Amino acid sequence: MADDALGMKSPADVAAALDATGYLPDDGIATAAFLSMRMRRPLLCEGEPGTGKTALAQALASALDVELIRLQCHEGIDAAQALYDWDFPRQLLHLRTLEAASGGSLDPDAAESSLYTSRFLLARPLLRALREAPCVLLVDEIDRADDEFEAFLLEVLSEYSVSIPEYGVVRAAEPPIVVLTSNRTREVHDALKRRCLYHWLEHPGLEREVAILRRRLPGLDERLAEQVAAAVQRMRQLELLKPPGVAEALDWAQSLLALGKDELDTEVAASTLGAVLKYREDAERVRAAWE
Amino acid sequence: MDRTVIGLVGFARALRHSGMACGPSRVQAFLDAAEEVGLDERDSLYWAGRLTLCSDPDDIPRYDTAFGCWFGHDPMPSPQDGHAVPRPARIAALTSASGESDEGAEPLSAAASEAEVLRRRDFAELGTAEREHLRRLLAVLRPDPPQRPALRRAPSRRGQMDARATLRELLRTAGEPLRLPRRSRARRPRRVVLLIDVSGSMAPYADSLLRFAHVVVRRSPASTEVFTLGTRMTRVSRQLRQRDPEQALDAAARAVPDFSGGTRLGETLRAFLDRWGQRGVARGAVVVLFSDGWERGDVSVLAEQMRRLRRLTRSVIWANPHAGHEGYEPVQSGIVAAMPHVDGMVAGHSLRALEEIWARVLDR
Repeated sequence: MADDALGMKSPADVAAALDATGYLPDDGIATAAFLSMRMRRPLLCEGEPGTGKTALAQALASALDVELIRLQCHEGIDAAQALYDWDFPRQLLHLRTLEAASGGSLDPDAAESSLYTSRFLLARPLLRALREAPCVLLVDEIDRADDEFEAFLLEVLSEYSVSIPEYGVVRAAEPPIVVLTSNRTREVHDALKRRCLYHWLEHPGLEREVAILRRRLPGLDERLAEQVAAAVQRMRQLELLKPPGVAEALDWAQSLLALGKDELDTEVAASTLGAVLKYREDAERVRAAWE
Repeated sequence: MDRTVIGLVGFARALRHSGMACGPSRVQAFLDAAEEVGLDERDSLYWAGRLTLCSDPDDIPRYDTAFGCWFGHDPMPSPQDGHAVPRPARIAALTSASGESDEGAEPLSAAASEAEVLRRRDFAELGTAEREHLRRLLAVLRPDPPQRPALRRAPSRRGQMDARATLRELLRTAGEPLRLPRRSRARRPRRVVLLIDVSGSMAPYADSLLRFAHVVVRRSPASTEVFTLGTRMTRVSRQLRQRDPEQALDAAARAVPDFSGGTRLGETLRAFLDRWGQRGVARGAVVVLFSDGWERGDVSVLAEQMRRLRRLTRSVIWANPHAGHEGYEPVQSGIVAAMPHVDGMVAGHSLRALEEIWARVLDR
């Protein structure tokens, strides 16, 4: 498997590789990624929005130097959108061409078999992941999909192969690394959970958040990074509708950089609050806490 | 190595005893993971177990405690702590023969209560036999979920042409389009969220309302969510999915720690919205809130949370048992605060009233 070739012999190796891409993992994330690769099990990441679930998949892909294939789930997503579809207009055109070329003596069996070839097969993310492994497959926000889709996904992920009736079986040469994320809008089915490793991501502590900010925004001054991280940590203590995640802290620091500020005082914070807080009520609560 | 395996399996068994669902396949995964990361470091072993044996954020504190005890460093917890999850006693409101007047002692009057009369009777005034009868009436209710248009399309007689099906048809008929299959927007069940106030003042209604919730959940398990509100918020959808009503209610009763306590409607509503509602459970849903609006907490919190709820949902229906009584005026502070943010205040005190509520839910 790719991990041996890349020298990933322990969680510490994974941590170092992720670190090199700018993603700063804690022990839990590094062990989770390591075990998911070694045990060939999908990794189910849950946690508050903005704790780095999706970013983990992206960082893994760039750390292993493989393609990231992303499947964004939504309500009503079905196999045709996730797995494969046939390119109907081109098939029809092909059929008409055959018809015209044959001058009315078209062999229906030959015509049909020429329609269902990889030329007309539109590979959607899951099929692409099976064909192009090694790669990282990110199944984002699985909790938004319907129950039926989860069952379908379970089938694909346990065999790492699919059978397309008109075409044949597509089997992955080696299983892709799979990261599933969920925001817990709905409970993920037990059967799927059982198949996966489960990791619950917390917001990072002050120290790690400062390190993440500094890593992702190289121009950021140490003191400003500390101020931003401390302010965001305090906001998470207040009862906000949407507590800021790491992503919001990054946005905030970036907007301060863009404005050329090197210190976070109340005035600057008030004018840039929109980068961190996305609700009017939250902004009011934070302002009240400042006074 | 064998002794190590026994130790690890024993740890997994201990977790299972503390109520976590770690079956044989998870234990096997744990052993594999432990082998991968090695047993030398306590931290690695911790993560190997947490990643394979936990499946829910609620599992993590339990796992942490068990890990600390089993693999040393933490002191053994005292006997009380050992049973970390206290089992509340069976709750008066959920058992059949308690807390109500002795009407059941008059078999004649009970037998005489016709179904139609019973339908209109206030749950709080029912005797034991009537309650039994009501249970049977509730069990035969078939509340279909409301519907919304789905993203996906399904075969239909109207709508746009179905390209995929047309191609198949053409192949079969050698290129002659005899029939053009069409498809149009499918219908999907719209989510229904039932919020049931189980505080002291609602105690006479809690049993019947939970039974009603059970019927709704059983009818469409995937699109119904049930939460109880009191001093705390508890999700009982999972418990109510069991087929048998008695077992389901029993499980729900065990899950709810605050039966017949006080009401902090605003606070618990906020907990619901933070943890579930805003994430998606309440989005676009029809929400029915069963409560009498006796708010002990800050009324402004309730008003704010109701406004939030209204913005997230398709509609909010407030079912108030007292609204069914003659001469009722909505004067309780909680109700006054919430009224501007609901789509309708209806009675929720009798079977008939529940049927009317459902008609309104379908209307949305």
